[in-house]
Amino acid sequence: MLNEITYLLFNSVVAVSFVACSVYLVFFFSQREELRKVARRILLGSGILQTLYILARYLIAGYTPITSQHEAVFFFAWSVTWAYLSFHWRYSVKNFGTFISVLVLIMLLIAASVSREFQPLAPALQSLWLPIHAGVAVMAYGFLALAFCGAIMYLLQERELKSKKFGFFFSRLPSLDALDQLNNHCLTAGFGFLTLGIITGSVWARQAWGTYWHWDPKETWSLITWFLYAAQIHQRFTLGWRGKRAAVMSIVGFCSVLFTLWGVTYLLGGVHSYAQ
Amino acid sequence: MPNETILLLGVNHKNTPLEVREKLALNSGYEEPLQALGRIDGLREYYLLSTCNRVEILVSADDEDVEKELAGFLFGDALTPDQYEKHLYCYRNKEAIHHLFMVAASLDSMIVGESQILGQLKEAYRWSADKKCTGPILNKLLHKAFSVAKRVRSETQIGSSAVSISYAAIELAKKIFGALDNKRVLLIGAGEMAELAAEHLVGNGAKDVVVANRTLERALNLAKRFNGRAVGLDELLEQLEQVDIIVSSTGAPGVILHKGDVKPLMRNRRNKPLFFIDIAVPRDLDPALNDLDNVYLYDIDDLNNVVELNKAERDKEAVKASRIVDEEALKFESWLSGLAITPTIAALRQKGNKISQMELERTLPRLKNLTPKEQKSVEKMASAIVSRLLHDPLIYLKGESCKDQSEMKVDLFRSVFDLDKKP
Repeated sequence: MLNEITYLLFNSVVAVSFVACSVYLVFFFSQREELRKVARRILLGSGILQTLYILARYLIAGYTPITSQHEAVFFFAWSVTWAYLSFHWRYSVKNFGTFISVLVLIMLLIAASVSREFQPLAPALQSLWLPIHAGVAVMAYGFLALAFCGAIMYLLQERELKSKKFGFFFSRLPSLDALDQLNNHCLTAGFGFLTLGIITGSVWARQAWGTYWHWDPKETWSLITWFLYAAQIHQRFTLGWRGKRAAVMSIVGFCSVLFTLWGVTYLLGGVHSYAQ
Repeated sequence: MPNETILLLGVNHKNTPLEVREKLALNSGYEEPLQALGRIDGLREYYLLSTCNRVEILVSADDEDVEKELAGFLFGDALTPDQYEKHLYCYRNKEAIHHLFMVAASLDSMIVGESQILGQLKEAYRWSADKKCTGPILNKLLHKAFSVAKRVRSETQIGSSAVSISYAAIELAKKIFGALDNKRVLLIGAGEMAELAAEHLVGNGAKDVVVANRTLERALNLAKRFNGRAVGLDELLEQLEQVDIIVSSTGAPGVILHKGDVKPLMRNRRNKPLFFIDIAVPRDLDPALNDLDNVYLYDIDDLNNVVELNKAERDKEAVKASRIVDEEALKFESWLSGLAITPTIAALRQKGNKISQMELERTLPRLKNLTPKEQKSVEKMASAIVSRLLHDPLIYLKGESCKDQSEMKVDLFRSVFDLDKKP
């Protein structure tokens, strides 16, 4: 019974997100203001369904569903969606939602393509630290994904302004200043969560394995990611790094995030790659 | 009221070169020229507009012969009639109303859609009204012109798209900085174009204006206009650390600011974006500046390209705006001809009464045996005949059926009943 509900929930999440993404794209091309509101509501609906799906899986599995590949990617999509919705609640950036909805849809499709089987939880993971550590880490990824989208928009808009050929994106993208600020805000939030994720992870490692730091590939790559973002934030504070360089750094940092999430699991293994 | 003509004479930027307009522009203000206009015979109401792009006289006159006199007044001793013939335009009635509305709606402006003209129109009207030069017709006409301008502004996008170089510069600045609030502007060179650009920037929220010029005096004059500061050209680099938007328009023969000068500044600016606008020909600023991170450089050709892009959009809006002007001009004409009907009706009634009065005065003394009551009846009969006879024509005149022809009807009535005969 509950299994069927989760199955239906997952499919409806993908369907609703697909509709949200389509409406956002239509809005992006036609710039009809009323469509934006519709698309946002649909995305909100998708966010709620995603939450319900996670709850349903939690009820079935009895632990926070974040350990398998499917669950991790789904959680990622969930955190991007809610990071955007909460962000939007404070202030809006023109056409940001379109880029976000595309990213969310891509993640959901990846989640749909891998196995959705429930896997028994490794004994080391049976801890209260699992939801805390993994949840914080995934929230960090959510905000860093927003920064990544903002950075791509920045580069597109900057290219239009520098080349002086005003094409498709010029009127559809917000001002460089707004995008740079967006990048800054999301980086600050994402970096904060990332730091917390690493701290909680090492505290948990101390409890589970007796040492704070293992040099497990995932830990190493998280640290590399952390240094990339730390360097960028440091440069912004001291030298006022902004604009194109900051945007490129955000994209590099996010690539590192993606590698930590997938590359490490498939290529390097280690204690974090439980579900293979 | 009969045969009243609305007459509009003037010159504008389209068919009159700047050298001629300069001679005509009323530098001394409106007061004197308005008094001089008042001395011309046959003007009932008059009004005068003088801007840097146009000088126009609008009058309502008893007869049309004042045209030559008005032209003479407009050109003064500057040009002979042969010389000014090709510059001057003269519209009457319908065309005059239409032209005035087009001007007010900024459809006749050099920069279509700019909003300054409405303010200038209002100021000109204030002068005329204060000096009691305008009457019922011009009052109504000008107020209508203001409301047409407002309607065009609210119902079309004519004012919002970037239609001039200044507007284009502002649109670009907004894409770089977001809002322009609290942004600092540096003008290099104190020319007219720089002034115009600065005006737009300040109008859009820019806070501080610094003027750098070769001669400090001109810099000071311009800076005063914007409550800004003046600096010498040698302080340029120092200023570049503080400002955000730079408008350069000097007459210098070569490049005055090189990439190498600006590059080290960016560190001190903490990489805050710099937006250079180079409207000088030949160019003042090194084109390579655009290669620097967070530095955006647009020269006059780049800006012209932006303007061209926006022109198509603007033309579409101008069509819509013209339709509104046509519509309002028609409405005003029908009000104007309605105005002519009322006095015609009154004149017709008056004439009827006068005839019956005249005939009674001639006849009654000859009828000696009438009782006062019978005398009353005869008087009643006389006025009844008059009103019965006039009833149908008056119904026809007031009739709604062919309202747009009321001007023709009024003319017809006035000549058939000979209402314009001077007593």
